[in-house]
Amino acid sequence: MSGILSGAGMTSVVMKAFNQTLYMVFWSTLFSVVLGFIPAIILTLTAPDGLKPNKIVYEILSFIVNVFRSFPFIILLVILIPFTRMIVGKSIGTTASIVPLTVSAIPYIARVFETSLRETNPGVIEAARSFGASNFQILMRVYVKESIPRMLNGVVLLVISLIGYSAMAGTVGGGGIGDIAIRYGYQQYKTDYLIVCSVILIAFVQLIQMLGNHMYKKMS
Amino acid sequence: MISIENVQKSFKNNEVLKDISIQIEDGEIYGIIGQSGAGKSTLLRCINGLESYDQGSITVDGNLINIRDKKSLRLQQKKMGMIFQSFNLLERLDVYQNVALPMKFWGIPANTPQAKEKILKLIRLVGLEEKMHQKPRELSGGQKQRVAIARALVLDPEILLCDEATSALDPEITKGILALLQKINKEMGITIVVVTHQMEVVKQICQRVAFLNHGKVLAVGKPEQLFVWPKEKEIRDFLREESDKLPSSGVNLKLFFFGEGNQRPIVTQMSQELQTDFNICWARLEDFREDVYGSLVLNMQEKDLERACAFLDSRNVTWEVISK
Repeated sequence: MSGILSGAGMTSVVMKAFNQTLYMVFWSTLFSVVLGFIPAIILTLTAPDGLKPNKIVYEILSFIVNVFRSFPFIILLVILIPFTRMIVGKSIGTTASIVPLTVSAIPYIARVFETSLRETNPGVIEAARSFGASNFQILMRVYVKESIPRMLNGVVLLVISLIGYSAMAGTVGGGGIGDIAIRYGYQQYKTDYLIVCSVILIAFVQLIQMLGNHMYKKMS
Repeated sequence: MISIENVQKSFKNNEVLKDISIQIEDGEIYGIIGQSGAGKSTLLRCINGLESYDQGSITVDGNLINIRDKKSLRLQQKKMGMIFQSFNLLERLDVYQNVALPMKFWGIPANTPQAKEKILKLIRLVGLEEKMHQKPRELSGGQKQRVAIARALVLDPEILLCDEATSALDPEITKGILALLQKINKEMGITIVVVTHQMEVVKQICQRVAFLNHGKVLAVGKPEQLFVWPKEKEIRDFLREESDKLPSSGVNLKLFFFGEGNQRPIVTQMSQELQTDFNICWARLEDFREDVYGSLVLNMQEKDLERACAFLDSRNVTWEVISK
């Protein structure tokens, strides 16, 4: 009797949490990809081998990226509380946790995109220059176009680590699968929750990775 | 016409081009040759503004190539297609899209019937109509270079610059690419400038060459003039001329054949007339475009030398005593 009740309760609890995870991961990925693309472009342009080499701009931006990347996520979460309140009006809840997730992902994506872009064959860039391409055309039609599969790989990695980080977001009331696993499974000794949550996370990560690999193959 | 006058360029303290002056006429196939590190690629890249130069001037049809004047440089670059040693195709574009790419840089719509017709014509010219929708990774090296050639021609250039375009290809494939370049030169009247360290390229297609050594022009002329009887040690080294394995006794006499030379039985005639024997210890005959040119080293006794020379003079054969 209690078993059936617990089962029905678990389904709705886990379903809700899964939706929250999807919601947090989706929006923080989207925002960080859009916002991380900009510093990635600046880094690529100003790098020593870039189209507009500028040591000062590159070093400063690179330093900022490193600083944000070196914060442990759980600390960033706390430090950013005032900022989060400023952006979404509150510092607790699923929507609020998108802010620290995005902030932590921007420098990551900036670095991953920078690396992807700079892996573009310099000969191809030179060929484009020899045909009279402008810097902007080289950036969009050569750098970005050639790097899309590599950038996509970076996004897949990001999504997977954001799934992990979103579990920590539970500590600011973000909810999600990871949060359920900790609160029900660990703190309340409900092993079945722990197992179900883990299986869902494993399946989810596998799915994302498979999808990513498939798209990489199709695009390159 | 490409006119290079007193061009000088340094990378930091390293002077790579020293006072270079070359004239390249319309419609010719001109070779810039030399060992690696001679500065030939740098010179080629100065011609289309991929690289700047410090002093002197480079003009193409009277227009100065100035890397600081971006607008006019761009217009000049449109007139010059370029191909590279490593082909430099975009990996994510298929053959057709790669050929069409320069049009996009110039805002020329690539989907009009005329544009499509032109791209198809070029793909047909380089013989890749069956590979039209394949990606570069599915192509062989020679095929990739063919795509690059079609791409370099899509903006209707007057000049085609080739930077070691066949150095990464095996000899058989190289021949095919060179034949294609020759066809383009003949049928489309495009001036071709090739930078190469491969003697095969020079011999097969170049009408005139400049030999570069340590950033200087050492010699300019027709390849057969330059290479059949080279006086400069650097050019001899480049050609890996005789020298090290000739006999040390007696004298070594070198005979040169220009074009018709191989038609006459000079050596046997000389042997019979002088009633003496020669040791043929080194020889080379080569095709320069249509003609055969070459040289031959005979070893003989000191006493026969004078008579041999007199005989050769009477037959109008150029000769030279190789000093030890």
